[in-house]
Amino acid sequence: MWQAFVRWFHKWSSPKWFYEMSRPWSFWLGWLALICIATALVWGLAFSPVERLQGNSYRIIFLHVPSAFLSQAIYMTIAVAGAIGLVWRIKLAFYAAKQCIPIGMSMAILALATGAIWGKPTWGAWWVWDARLTSMLILLLLYLGLWALHNAMERAESGDRAAAILALVGVVNIPIIKFSVNWWNTLHQPATLKVTEAAPMHMSMLIPLLLSIFGFYLAFLAWMLMRTRLEILDREKKARWAQQEIRNLEAQ
Amino acid sequence: MTFGRYNGRGFILGRYMQGIVQADKLYCERDDRVLFEQLSFAVESGEILHIKGPNGAGKTTLLRRIVGLSWVVDGTITWGADFSADGQQPDGQRFWYLAHRPAVTLQLTPLENLAFSVALHNADVDESLLWQALDTVGLRGYEDVPSGSLSAGQQRRVALSKLYLDLPDVRLWVLDEPFTALDVSAVAQLEKRIEAFADTGGSVIMTSHHGLNHTAVRELQIGVRP
Amino acid sequence: MNVVLRQMLARELTLANRRRSDLANPLFFFLIVVSLFPIGVTPDLQKLSEMAAGVLWVAALLAALLSLDLLFRHDFEDGSLEQMLLSSVPAQLLVLCKTLSHWLVTGLPLTLMSPVLSVMLALPVSAIPLLMLTLAIGTLTLSLLGGIGAALTVGLRKGGLLLTILIMPLFVPVIIFGTSAVQSFANGMPWTAQLALLGAFGAGAFAVSPWLTVAALRVTVGD
Repeated sequence: MWQAFVRWFHKWSSPKWFYEMSRPWSFWLGWLALICIATALVWGLAFSPVERLQGNSYRIIFLHVPSAFLSQAIYMTIAVAGAIGLVWRIKLAFYAAKQCIPIGMSMAILALATGAIWGKPTWGAWWVWDARLTSMLILLLLYLGLWALHNAMERAESGDRAAAILALVGVVNIPIIKFSVNWWNTLHQPATLKVTEAAPMHMSMLIPLLLSIFGFYLAFLAWMLMRTRLEILDREKKARWAQQEIRNLEAQ
Repeated sequence: MTFGRYNGRGFILGRYMQGIVQADKLYCERDDRVLFEQLSFAVESGEILHIKGPNGAGKTTLLRRIVGLSWVVDGTITWGADFSADGQQPDGQRFWYLAHRPAVTLQLTPLENLAFSVALHNADVDESLLWQALDTVGLRGYEDVPSGSLSAGQQRRVALSKLYLDLPDVRLWVLDEPFTALDVSAVAQLEKRIEAFADTGGSVIMTSHHGLNHTAVRELQIGVRP
Repeated sequence: MNVVLRQMLARELTLANRRRSDLANPLFFFLIVVSLFPIGVTPDLQKLSEMAAGVLWVAALLAALLSLDLLFRHDFEDGSLEQMLLSSVPAQLLVLCKTLSHWLVTGLPLTLMSPVLSVMLALPVSAIPLLMLTLAIGTLTLSLLGGIGAALTVGLRKGGLLLTILIMPLFVPVIIFGTSAVQSFANGMPWTAQLALLGAFGAGAFAVSPWLTVAALRVTVGD
C-alpha cells in the first residue's frame, strides 16, 4: 500500500510525466471554470434579489469573496509545495510553487480592488483600515516579497529554495498577523463597520456565491497547470523531450 | 601519476576504495552547461588528490560539494566513519578547508583571525603555538596589525597559517588554489608542508594550476575534452 | 562549547567596535526620523503625544532594519560564513551569537536612546520605562526574525531593500503589540496583555529563527 503510494508519488513528481499527463487537464478545467463563473455571475448580477441594507452594491461579493478565499488558499499551497520541495527534493513542487506566486498575487490585488470598490458605497471611502482589508494588504506584501526574492536570485534553484523558506516563515506568521490585526482593529475602531457581517444570506445569493467560489478554484487549478507546464518546459529545456515539445509548439 | 578511465569529461577510477571520502557519480551544471558528470573518485589516507582543469571547469564547486557546502552538485559523497557520524556531513573538526574566499577578516589581526579559525574547530590551542604558526608563514612582526593593511600575499599567508598548527584531529586538508598570490619561497614552503602532511598519513584534496611532484599525488582532470 | 560561544561573541563585539561607522548609522537615522516627524506633521505637543509611541516604534524598527543587511554580509564576503557553517559547533548557536551581538550593538543603543527622543515627542514620562522595555523586546525580535531575511538575501548585491520587503510584513504583530502596550499605558488603559503577547511572539522567534536562518544560509551560501 505504502510502496504503491511511493511509486505513484515518484511517477507524478517527474516533470516529464506530469507534463504529458496534465496535457488535457488545463483545457477541460479551464472551460469548466469559465462555465461556473459565467453562470454564477449572470445569476448573481442579474437574478439574485437586491440586498436590504446595501442595495445592489453587495453584488461585488461574487468576485470579492472568491478572490479573497483563493489568495489565502494559494499562499498555503505555495508553502506546502515549498515544504515538499525542500524535504523530498521534488523539482515539480518548486515549479508549481513558483507559478502560484503571480496567481496568488493577482487574486490578492483583485480582492483589494473589489474591496475598495465595495467600500466606497458602503463605508463612504475607498480605503478603510478594516481588519480584513489590512490583513489582505499584508498578504499582498508577503506575495510581493516572495516574488521579489525569487526574481533576485541568479540561479532559479536558489530562488526556489529561498522562496520556500520564506513561504514557510510567512505561513506560520499569517495566523498571528491576522490575530494581531483583528485585535488592533477592535482597539482603534468602534464596532460600527460590521455591515459585511449582516444577516444570514438568502439562498438565492448563497448558491451563486458558492458556484463562483468553486469556479474560481477551478480557474486557479487550470491556470496553475498551464503556468506550471510552461515552467517545466523552461526549466527542463535541456532534455530532449522538452526540446521536441518546444519545436512542436513553435510549429503550431 | 594518473590512473582511471576517462569518460570524456572526467576520470572514473577503476577501483573503489573505502577511504576517507568517496565521491560517486557527481554531476554539476551551470547556466545550462554541464561542468562535470559521472565523476567518481576516492581519497585514501596519505594521498594527495590534485584536481586540475581550466578556469570555470567547476573545481571550486567540486571542493565545496566535497566539504558539504554546495547543494548544486548531484551525486553522493560518502565519508569514512572517522570523519563523519552519518557518512554525509563531515565533522568540521577533522579537516581544514581553505576556500576561494580565504576567511581572513580585514578588521581583525592575523592572530585574531587564526584564533577564530581554531575556535570554530572547537580546539584548544596554546597561544604560543598560534604565534609560532604565524612566525612560520613569515608574518613575524605583523601579528597585531589589522589584516586589511597587509598585502594580498600576506593575507593569503594568514589564511594558510592554520595549516602549520599540527592539530592532531585534522587529517584532511581541502585547499582551493593554495598557491595563489604567494612568492616563490612561500610556494616551496607550502609544497613541502603539504608533502610532509601526506607523509604522516594526512590527506589533501586540492585544486591548483601549479604542478606537484610527489609520489602520493594523484591527478583528477575535469572539464576538458581530449 | 561555551568557550567557542564566548569567543564568537567577543569576535562580533570587537568587529562591531572596529566598524563603528556601521554602528552609528541606525542611531542617526532614528534621531533624524523622529525629529522630522514634528516638522512634517505638526508641532502641536498634544497631538504629538498621541502619536509618540507609534512614531518612536516605527522609527526605531526602520533604524534597526537598516543595519540588518550587514548582519551576514561582511562574513559572507570574506568567507568566514562558510567556515561557520562547516564548524563542528552547531551553526545555529553561532548564528544566535551573531544575532544577539547584533542586538547588543543596534537594538540596545536604540532602546537606550529612546527616552531622549520620547521627550521630544511629549510622550508621558511615566510611559518611558514601558516604552524601553517593549522596544528592547521588539528590537531583539527584529534581530532574530531579520536574521532569516538577512540570510536569504546575503548573496545579493542589492539585498538591503529586498530584506525590508521580506521582513516588514512579518513584523506587523510586533509593531501592533508594542505600540499598543505603550499607548494604552499612556491613556491609562490595560496594557499587560499586549506586553505578554509581545513577549510570546519574541520567544517564538527566539525558538525558531536560528534554525530557519541556518537553513536559509545553507541555500544562499551553497549556491
